[in-house]
Amino acid sequence: MSDPQIQRNGAAGNGGGAVATLTKKDFTSDQEVRWCPGCGDYAILAIVQSFMPELGIEPDDTVFVSGIGCSGRFTYYMDTYGVHGIHGRAPALATGIATARPDLSVWVVTGDGDGLSIGGNHLIHALRRNVNMKILLFNNQIYGLTKGQYSPTSEEGKVTKSTPFGSVDHPFNPIALALGAEASFVARTVDNDRQHMTQILRQAAAHRGTAFIEIYQNCNVFNDGAFDAVREKPQGVHNQIRLEHGQPIVFDEGARCVRVGDNGRLEIAGVTETDPERIVVHDVHGRPSLAFALAHLSHRPIEPTCIGVFREVERPVFGEATIAQVASATERLGQGSVEKLLHSGDTWTVGAPA
Amino acid sequence: MCRGYPPRGLELTQGAKGPAPAVMTKQVEEKKRVVVRFAGDSGDGMQLTGDRFTNATAVLGNDLATLPDFPAEIRAPAGTVHGVSAFQIQFASTDILTPGDHPNVLVAMNPAALKAELGTVERGGTIIVNEDAFNARNLEKAGFAADPLTDGTLEGYQVYRVPMTSITVRAVEELGLTRKEAERSKNMFALGLLSWMYGRPVDVTLNWLHKKFGDKQQLYDANVAAFKAGYNFGETTELFATSYVVKPAPVAPGTYRNISGATALAWGLVAASQRSGLRLFYASYPITPASELLHELSRLKNFGVITLQAEDEIAAANVALGAAFAGDLGVTGTSGPGMDLKAETLGLAVTLELPMVVVDVQRAGPSTGMPTKTEQADLLLAMFGRHGESPLPIVAAKSPSHCFEAAMEAARIAVKYRTPVILLSDTFIANSSEPWLIPDADELPTIDPNFATGPNAGQEFLPYLRDENLARPWAIPGTKGLRHRIGGLEKEDGTGDISYDPQNHERMTHLRADKVTKIADEVPPVEVDDPDGDAELLVVGWGSTFGTIRAAARRVRDQGRKVATAHVVHMSPFPPNLGEVLSRYQKVLVPEQNLGQLALLVRGRFLVDATSYTKVQGQPIFAEELETEILRMMEER
Repeated sequence: MSDPQIQRNGAAGNGGGAVATLTKKDFTSDQEVRWCPGCGDYAILAIVQSFMPELGIEPDDTVFVSGIGCSGRFTYYMDTYGVHGIHGRAPALATGIATARPDLSVWVVTGDGDGLSIGGNHLIHALRRNVNMKILLFNNQIYGLTKGQYSPTSEEGKVTKSTPFGSVDHPFNPIALALGAEASFVARTVDNDRQHMTQILRQAAAHRGTAFIEIYQNCNVFNDGAFDAVREKPQGVHNQIRLEHGQPIVFDEGARCVRVGDNGRLEIAGVTETDPERIVVHDVHGRPSLAFALAHLSHRPIEPTCIGVFREVERPVFGEATIAQVASATERLGQGSVEKLLHSGDTWTVGAPA
Repeated sequence: MCRGYPPRGLELTQGAKGPAPAVMTKQVEEKKRVVVRFAGDSGDGMQLTGDRFTNATAVLGNDLATLPDFPAEIRAPAGTVHGVSAFQIQFASTDILTPGDHPNVLVAMNPAALKAELGTVERGGTIIVNEDAFNARNLEKAGFAADPLTDGTLEGYQVYRVPMTSITVRAVEELGLTRKEAERSKNMFALGLLSWMYGRPVDVTLNWLHKKFGDKQQLYDANVAAFKAGYNFGETTELFATSYVVKPAPVAPGTYRNISGATALAWGLVAASQRSGLRLFYASYPITPASELLHELSRLKNFGVITLQAEDEIAAANVALGAAFAGDLGVTGTSGPGMDLKAETLGLAVTLELPMVVVDVQRAGPSTGMPTKTEQADLLLAMFGRHGESPLPIVAAKSPSHCFEAAMEAARIAVKYRTPVILLSDTFIANSSEPWLIPDADELPTIDPNFATGPNAGQEFLPYLRDENLARPWAIPGTKGLRHRIGGLEKEDGTGDISYDPQNHERMTHLRADKVTKIADEVPPVEVDDPDGDAELLVVGWGSTFGTIRAAARRVRDQGRKVATAHVVHMSPFPPNLGEVLSRYQKVLVPEQNLGQLALLVRGRFLVDATSYTKVQGQPIFAEELETEILRMMEER
């Protein structure tokens, strides 16, 4: 990794070997972090900053792009190249960057309002295209920066400033949405689980194409405790269903499992009362229906809920295909010449000999 | 006078077998200029017919200007008036400036076309109809109560009734096509007939047919047969006593081509890319009439061009801006409805101070408006259509070929000053075409991207430290040691850090405005066309009214009156001498295809008592209309 050129062409975003010289400090900007004390974003920032050196990609070859909302500030705190864009448009901005520059490691930071409401269209199309970028969606199920309105992931009945009688909106399931958009990498993690999040980031970075990671993030001011059931001890231990590729889906310290019910649907049951043959074995590369069913095991994170990688498949990467088209057209037609272009088709010459 | 076609028994033996010698002597009359309008059903191929006639005319060396005029519906109900598609061309042995106000010749492929277009034809003009299409059903669909060919409607016109469909079918009958396929070639018959009538070179069309259908023998044969049948029909039948010659126009020596505004604009962007060494990254969402840009640029991948069809207008703008941040020449193109959606990204680009070009091919609004009809009513939107103080430079193309130069200029300003630039075109300019003296590619202006390569403040890099043009450094990702964060929040002068400091915001607001204002230092002064220097009235225009204004001025001058003209290309900032020029004249007239947007700007900026002349009919202003207005205003005390 001593040759920056090789690094740029090959390893960016794909998790090359560690470079001893890079540390968390190299990815930490001089800007004062200004989230509310106790916000889950602090933990995510610290984990990401600690993780980035592992990729061996120089901060100068790394770009963070964000939108509007509390998550949008993330960009300012990373000592990399960065653009803090407009509300919801980060995936589109990042698509331009990543397509133009496959040599860069491009990360998008968004939230449930930014990514799923005002920017929903850009998010699904980025996932569909499989642009080479990693999308971290901080889901706190609330609008924080605008001081506490319900978001597209808030539960029905949610009482907020804009829904004093309770929300009548049905929420998105971000994982199911990403799967529906044909995302090639879909995962979920929790803000306070350094080990788990680092592992997910590692897998996402190694993935070619768009990686979508939903991060359950606690907003201690406007929606405190929304994820306690899967986040805090001791409930978290009981409710976290940790997905591992190739492993039977067993959780709650081995007491419970996910199995195929009599009606063909997935259901949660005790291990002791389940025929081991019926315990679902997780497969991230298989048909999306399993991932989709796992995403719907719980509609809200107040009961046993899956975290980990739901799906990971290989698909052509948008930017690579785009650049390849340019290369093949150039090879086939020759390097374009403006002179020839201007004289293509019917021309006529007047007067003095040329 | 209404002359009928000879008895059906006439044998068109030469049909598919190539031209036969003329069987009778025909008169040949010289004309200085002719306006022809081809009109038919949307599915009749009138745009193609007009386009091919134009190319043959261009190669012959006439000066020309065209006006395609088609409905927004892809295939409106056949035979109805709102499904009529027309293509107008004026060609001449002198230089001309517009597609012409009133056609001398109308080719009407069906009753609906006659109904829709008759009003535009000059009194006493020539009307060539496809007689076969004038049956009871088509007459009813077009809304004719009686047959206009016989009821006196066409009294005073020179009418030629030609059974184009049936002759075409007979000409191709040996080729084994279905009746429907055979009938489809009738536009080539019309093209052949008009090519004979005006002595257009046949080989240009035949070569094109070969290129287009060379690998589809049957279709190629049918089109050639129909074309030749039309040509020979004119030459051999007694119906047409006269053909016309329009000699080449005297023009500056050099190599010419015909070019549409859409093509010229796309090529101008490519040239800017090549002359800057920046890759062109064009992101766009399909929209009439800007899609042509996306189509043309998508073909030019071997110029290193990346095109991306985005999920929406907003994404297209953001993708282009992202590409600009990454070091490409980021461009997005759209029309009015898309401009509305791109406003927020333009605001971001203004504050990020990154180079970016946004092309607005204007169309009639508001809202969906008339998607295929022209208007120039987005000037104030371009100027002010963003929240906050968000000034940016605006360049407006004035003719089809000028789009090339305007695109290069927009890119040059964007790169040099690190700013989004709006490039205004319109439906008329985009779709119409004119001959163009091809510039020497090696003489085109160069653009220096001037990327930042190292610290600019001692050991430090300050992303908002400005150069003598007030432009900030363009430091692209991957550049060692220059990593920085930029965003939509107000930035501290110099460092670019987030700042809510009141004084800083005021300073940054002024800096952003001053940067745009300062561009005027290098904007060429607006040229005034005032032959004697003492005209009583100045006509000031912008955009696609260029040809009309000059044509109208010529008409006024032909009557011994003195009128000056000036045309603005740089709409923001204005040319440095514009205020002085305006104040020089007692009367100032501003013709526009809007309700007076440039007039509002010059009145506000220069305290000039400018008079507005407006037309918003989805059609260009006619030279005749403007001539009348100029003369009327001259009479006013």
